[in-house]
Amino acid sequence: MASLPPIDLPSNATDAGAFDAPAADTDAPLFEFLLRLGDDSLILGQRLSEWCGHAPSVEVDLSLANIALDLIGQATFFLDYAGEVEGKGRDGDALAFHRDVLDFRNCWLVEQPNGDFAQTMARQLLFSTWQKRLFQHLVQCADARIAAIAEKAVKEVSYHQELAAEWVIRLGDGTEESRRRMQDGLDWMGRFVPELFEMDDLASFLAERGLAPELAAFRADYDAQVGAILAEATLTMPAAQRPILGGRRGHHSEHLGHLLCTMQFLPRTYPDATW
Amino acid sequence: MVRAVAAAVQDEGLWEVLASVADPEIPVISIVDLGIVRAVQANRVVITPTYTGCPATQVIERDIRDALDAAGYRHVRIETALSPAWTTDWITAEGRAKLHAYGIAPPMPAGQRAPACPQCGSPQTEEISRFGSTPCKSLWRCRDCAEPFDLFKCH
Repeated sequence: MASLPPIDLPSNATDAGAFDAPAADTDAPLFEFLLRLGDDSLILGQRLSEWCGHAPSVEVDLSLANIALDLIGQATFFLDYAGEVEGKGRDGDALAFHRDVLDFRNCWLVEQPNGDFAQTMARQLLFSTWQKRLFQHLVQCADARIAAIAEKAVKEVSYHQELAAEWVIRLGDGTEESRRRMQDGLDWMGRFVPELFEMDDLASFLAERGLAPELAAFRADYDAQVGAILAEATLTMPAAQRPILGGRRGHHSEHLGHLLCTMQFLPRTYPDATW
Repeated sequence: MVRAVAAAVQDEGLWEVLASVADPEIPVISIVDLGIVRAVQANRVVITPTYTGCPATQVIERDIRDALDAAGYRHVRIETALSPAWTTDWITAEGRAKLHAYGIAPPMPAGQRAPACPQCGSPQTEEISRFGSTPCKSLWRCRDCAEPFDLFKCH
């Protein structure tokens, strides 16, 4: 085989594939950042609300509905602000209900299906541990409004993280079946963790201006925190796999489209509907 | 001077109106007892949400508007401030007493591990679930009288 001429690849496209061009839109980085924050919360809130009426016990049902409410509350603050920054007259509802799947900026982890209860708890532990660290940093954000939202939300996220950690430990260090399911859940969700720490052009731009932390810098801390919980649960973090990236630039798994169908159906069918 | 006095009197009137607005989830306490009214001036009322996703927040704003309208305050803006974040430390002593009388254990002082049962007063209580019927409450049970009860979570 003839050797090919060298090719100049953008540094952040190597892991993810041809569709991941570097984020071109740096005209409105704050808007994009707010979408990332708001969409993470919105999509996970919607996912968790699917458990309503189906959870293993009424207490768990209430817990998941409460976490979903907190997340949707965060999303409302972030997306309302995003709409104001954008200046095109869109509010949080317009952004949540009238954007198409390619315009969503959430990470892959939050859009993954609930699976069984163990898989849901694996996702929650991996996400809430990360979100708590992120919000702890964002309390110092150069943007006062983001700092205020983070200050408000971080107390709630601590609860989410504790609840998930307790369940992961209880199921992991439980029966043979609960342990197997908990490990399966982690194995499924683990591959979406590297995306949480991805530093693409936008993330670097934001970090340089004190708007967002260097995500990669708290990876070690995150691994230690999750690792301690998994050790107590007698579970192991799945081995590193090829990272799946792209959610931050609008490339999603098939699951997100189905989620949006359910979430957006009513406001799109009856655009002027109010409570 | 006259204007300043008039403004102060109006502030007091506004506080009275706000003290008449009940929390929609726990109607025995007012929004002033709950500590979510952050500032009152002649033409503006600043409130802060308890929990980010608390569905009562929108209802509270509407109830304030209704109460202001009914009392003749038609030019008062209602604003929301997030920072500093609300904490249960801002619940008034009167608010705590009202919660207790209603059967909800008020938030515990730092360091206390279990609340006293609001029904029988026993300190032998245990947590059933960290998340209760509303974002601000957790679910507990008394080991002595066996009654379940809500605890207003420290936050």
